[in-house]
Amino acid sequence: MKSLAELAAIRDKMKNSVAMREGAGGIRVVVGMATCGIAAGARPVLNTIVEEVAKANLSDSITVTQTGCIGICQYEPVVEVYEEGKDKVTYVKMDVDKAKEVVEQHLKGGKVVTKYTIGK
Amino acid sequence: MYRAHVLICGGTGCTSSGSVAIQETLAKQLKEKGLEDEVKIVQTGCFGLCALGPVMIVYPEGTFYSRVTPEDVEEIVEEHLLKGRIVERLVYSDTDDENATDTSLNDTTFYKKQKRVALRNCGVINPEVIDEYIGEGGYQALGKVLTEMTPEEVIKTILDSGLRGRGGGGFPTGLKWKLAAGNQADQKYVCCNADEGDPGAFMDRSVLEGDPHVVLEAMAIAGYAIGASQGYIYVRAEYPIAVHRLQIAINQAREYGLLGKNIFDTGFDFDIDIRLGAGAFVCGEETALMTSIEGNRGEPRPRPPYPAVKGLFGKPTILNNVETYANIPQIILNGAEWFASMGTEKSKGTKVFALGGKINNTGLVEVPMGTTLREVIEEIGGGIPNGKKFKAAQTGGPSGGCIPAEHLDIPIDYDNLISIGSMMGSGGLIVMDEDNCMVDIAKFFLEFTVDESCGKCTPCRVGTRRLLEILEKITSGKGTLEDIDKLEELAAYIKANSLCGLGQTAPNPVLSTLRYFRDEYVAHVVDKKCPAGVCKDLLQYTIIEDKCKGCSACSRKCPVGAISGEIKSPFVIDQNKCIKCGACIETCKFGAIEKK
Repeated sequence: MKSLAELAAIRDKMKNSVAMREGAGGIRVVVGMATCGIAAGARPVLNTIVEEVAKANLSDSITVTQTGCIGICQYEPVVEVYEEGKDKVTYVKMDVDKAKEVVEQHLKGGKVVTKYTIGK
Repeated sequence: MYRAHVLICGGTGCTSSGSVAIQETLAKQLKEKGLEDEVKIVQTGCFGLCALGPVMIVYPEGTFYSRVTPEDVEEIVEEHLLKGRIVERLVYSDTDDENATDTSLNDTTFYKKQKRVALRNCGVINPEVIDEYIGEGGYQALGKVLTEMTPEEVIKTILDSGLRGRGGGGFPTGLKWKLAAGNQADQKYVCCNADEGDPGAFMDRSVLEGDPHVVLEAMAIAGYAIGASQGYIYVRAEYPIAVHRLQIAINQAREYGLLGKNIFDTGFDFDIDIRLGAGAFVCGEETALMTSIEGNRGEPRPRPPYPAVKGLFGKPTILNNVETYANIPQIILNGAEWFASMGTEKSKGTKVFALGGKINNTGLVEVPMGTTLREVIEEIGGGIPNGKKFKAAQTGGPSGGCIPAEHLDIPIDYDNLISIGSMMGSGGLIVMDEDNCMVDIAKFFLEFTVDESCGKCTPCRVGTRRLLEILEKITSGKGTLEDIDKLEELAAYIKANSLCGLGQTAPNPVLSTLRYFRDEYVAHVVDKKCPAGVCKDLLQYTIIEDKCKGCSACSRKCPVGAISGEIKSPFVIDQNKCIKCGACIETCKFGAIEKK
């Protein structure tokens, strides 16, 4: 390494990785990962959201985590988005593509993707 | 991309309570469940709560699991990592409130009052991966210093920050650097004192194990400031994990060009080598340490000349403690004002303490200077176990003194501690309760210094031995009031005439206990009693007639046949035969035996 730029590059590369341990983040994305959720395919959904959030460099402000059974097993995989001062948004019957769309439009763009929310 | 990080403590404390097995089991479980690409295992340095080891934190939730066994690992993987259900029974909670839901370590009282500067990366990053350190802002300070600041500006920043030596002396770090920078020489050296020898102290070890790069970065900054191109870390060979991780860190830094020639293409050269100490306490003294690095027997020499003028190999040298260095990069990045905003008027920043002794949360804490001892012991430390009463806190190890309950509310800083007859020391904090005999404590520390005295000067070599002999006389019940006066006279003489810090401070444990607990000394000498029930020669085990049921359990247990009597009538202990082993007390179901 011969320059500060190279150091900054490593830092940025690692930032998303270590940001998780700061526990900060204004938005919390929670994926239901109980038996029902896993059976319905929640794991790839969770992994997709984690990857997309990291790709968008949002790991500082968004925490992606998992939870147990929310109680609406027939709607799994369920993804819920908590944001300070706003109503909780619940997405149901998610898959990888829908997850990407939610990251793109809701988490990045701030627009709730109503076609996937519960009670649409 | 990992969706969860599992941090497992790989510090010495948790390693000895079995964290290696936990990590292996976890790796196996993750593989079996096909989670190895989703969950990352990170081996970190010390989290601070050593008493609860092995400890584990799961992110992003920040769930803090304590006392984890290999059998628990499967449940954590199955429940938490796979299904997102926190395993409540393993979650550490510092309250007895069943409804307490603070599963995150940061919410516990142990952490709330802490302010982590020197320990900021300990328990957060993997110390064996340089990228993680860089990810947390590592080596940015070195980059800033080399490209934006002159050596004079660096020294001024450190001076303005008010940072004082964390090894115990409390000498202003910036001033030390300034003196060394002002001396012209063809070669200068930067040394790191990692010869942590106080009984019960492990602050430096934890920094080296948890965040070794911070020391390397700070030493390079120091090298730039004073114009040195070579650094030495003097670390005790008894710290194998620290030595191992330091070596890894040095190799990685060299590979990245952060140590070596022409760092950041600025023409600045700096390299660091490790020197292992053989565990002699005196080698923590700066002149003895440098003599040892030079390859000679570790003995101190008179000062002046100070190391800044004539140090290692006769060249200008600065020597700072591990914790002092751990503060440097943060001061450079955040500015002198930021650092000076923490602490008290004359002691800035934070201090790391190794909590030990009679305290619930044995471990490592970092608090702003000016925090009171009561906050550290009762709130962060969780108080004294088993409902016992606090008696004294010992700071500064064998060079320090005991602080009694009446001074618990004094804000901790260098000058306050000296004014009450103790000292900051390197940060060992041993808590004692009513079961500790203060004369015995003084004797313990004296035994240590007698062993560790290098023998070069007479006051220390002979004087400490004589002190110990008087203490032994007192604890065996043969002391007189005159002995107490002799202790004081001899202690003052040793303090005034010893060559180095070891001898000059060796009488402190005696003097401070005499100052605050003179009545205990008097009780040993006049009443021939040990009030705390520790000194064997002064104890008497007796059977309380009214409580004794005459069951004979004690007499059957007594290894020397000192207890006799008739069944169903009170038994008696023959004081001439009794060896005071205490077996009878443990055996008696009726509490009929007392120790006085």
